[in-house]
Amino acid sequence: MVDADRAARSSGAPGPRYDEPPIVEVRDLAISYGGAPALRDVSLDIHRHEIFGIIGPANSGKTSFLRALNRMEAFNAAMQVGGSIRINGKDVRDWRNEYALRSRIGVVFPLPVGLPLTVYENVAFSPRLRGVRKRADLDEVVERCLTRAALWDEVKDRLDSLGSLLSGGQQQRLTIARALSQEPELLLLDEFSIAVDPVTTMRIEDVLKELRSELTIVLVTNLVQQARRLADRTAFFLMGELVEIGATEDLFEGRVADRRTAGYIEGRYG
Amino acid sequence: MFAATRLNRRSYRNQGVAKAVFFLMTVALVIPVLLIVGTLVVKGGPAISWEFLFSPPRDNMTAGGILPALVGTVWLVVVALLASVPVGVAAAVYLSEYAPDNLLTRAINLAIINLAGVPSIVHALFGVGAFVYFFNMKQSILAASLTLAVMTLPVVIVATRESLQAVPQAFREACWNMGATRWQTIRKVVLPNSISGILTGVILEVSRTAGETAPIMFTGATAFLAFLPESVFDQTMAMSYHLYYIATQAPDVPEELTFGVALVLIAIVLLMNAVSIGFRIYLRGLKKW
Repeated sequence: MVDADRAARSSGAPGPRYDEPPIVEVRDLAISYGGAPALRDVSLDIHRHEIFGIIGPANSGKTSFLRALNRMEAFNAAMQVGGSIRINGKDVRDWRNEYALRSRIGVVFPLPVGLPLTVYENVAFSPRLRGVRKRADLDEVVERCLTRAALWDEVKDRLDSLGSLLSGGQQQRLTIARALSQEPELLLLDEFSIAVDPVTTMRIEDVLKELRSELTIVLVTNLVQQARRLADRTAFFLMGELVEIGATEDLFEGRVADRRTAGYIEGRYG
Repeated sequence: MFAATRLNRRSYRNQGVAKAVFFLMTVALVIPVLLIVGTLVVKGGPAISWEFLFSPPRDNMTAGGILPALVGTVWLVVVALLASVPVGVAAAVYLSEYAPDNLLTRAINLAIINLAGVPSIVHALFGVGAFVYFFNMKQSILAASLTLAVMTLPVVIVATRESLQAVPQAFREACWNMGATRWQTIRKVVLPNSISGILTGVILEVSRTAGETAPIMFTGATAFLAFLPESVFDQTMAMSYHLYYIATQAPDVPEELTFGVALVLIAIVLLMNAVSIGFRIYLRGLKKW
């Protein structure tokens, strides 16, 4: 399903570009909710065409980190963000048009949200926002995104039924398709596989590996093995603190800087 | 092994008592409604005829029909809706979708709650001062309808706001995360999914508007008019005021006539409520999540 245009754009070897300026630069990030800190002193870079894994037990600040990347503090008066996040070299708070910022970042959260629109309109929503009007163009985007999210075969005959009436796992894939329909530069996935069966999860993981040639993925996961399968580098968050970042193979083969990381990966707590 | 313990038996008994109390309260609630409707049907029923509905009153209100009052009530309700629905819905959308949670917003919310608690006679006096004299509308349908509109605004705002807030926040965030603006989100997702609740609120407002007497007494309703109003600047008869007038002011009105007017008035209100309920059921069938 990869069309020529996209193939051309992703010329060159797929894989992280550690020699280029990073797409996301986080410095001294601190997040709190109504004064209660959720994350502190996080500084890290995420590089283009990288799958950046984030692992850590519940309540360690992983989701808050993703929310801050997309400036979701605007939706939640209690959420306060300090420090700086630069995307493409520009502080996210300096984007005068936060909608443009969000339209270039795809987000998938653990609880699927099928919008109360048809399956087709769910996926066509974002293309319509950026002005795609021609039915043929929309058809093409819808089919491509649903295919990539491993949902096309199940819904191609009922694109006009409501997205919010699909099963939980299907809605999750619909959410993924919708995120892809934004043609994002950055894809934020938070526990995307929580409602999806293992076989479909594997199919989506294969798609994510392909997508790496086109975009950058931040993958928050509770499944450490998923991080191992997908992530180029992995960060370990614990109780609102970034414990360490390392190449995924290093972390999983015991070459860790902090023994708490090894403890979590080996399943001693979390 | 599964025999009921003393604790079990006590909870069964308590649950039985609780259920009985709630049931009796429900019955107590229904009785007055049945009595009112029953009395009206028995005493007013014989008065209802085509002539009653479609001719003006005659002989100092002691005979004839109610056509000018019926038509007048329709005028009042329609003009009041035209004024209150756009304002109320827009205000509710602002309060629910845009307003930051700050002192001003809370003050506005408090004001709306208080506005809902203001007695209708106070609204009436406000209407006289503001619309009849200050804006020089004289006693007219316009002045009366605007008074009704002010009085029912809180109903529209509260009903609209509640149905907007019944749309899950997750839908909004999903749209915002795709880069949709607030307005795009409201237009494509929030409003289409709350329209049923909004319309229900509007219909309830209609039934309340049709029944109110005090706000229109001094602002545009008149006791007798042999002809129908032609514009919003005319005075008009109205069902509620007509009932008040023939029941307490006009001498020698046959009892049957009074009950007939009351029956028609309550029929209009019940019909509106029934439409509202039917509509809600229909739209619930279309619910999308």
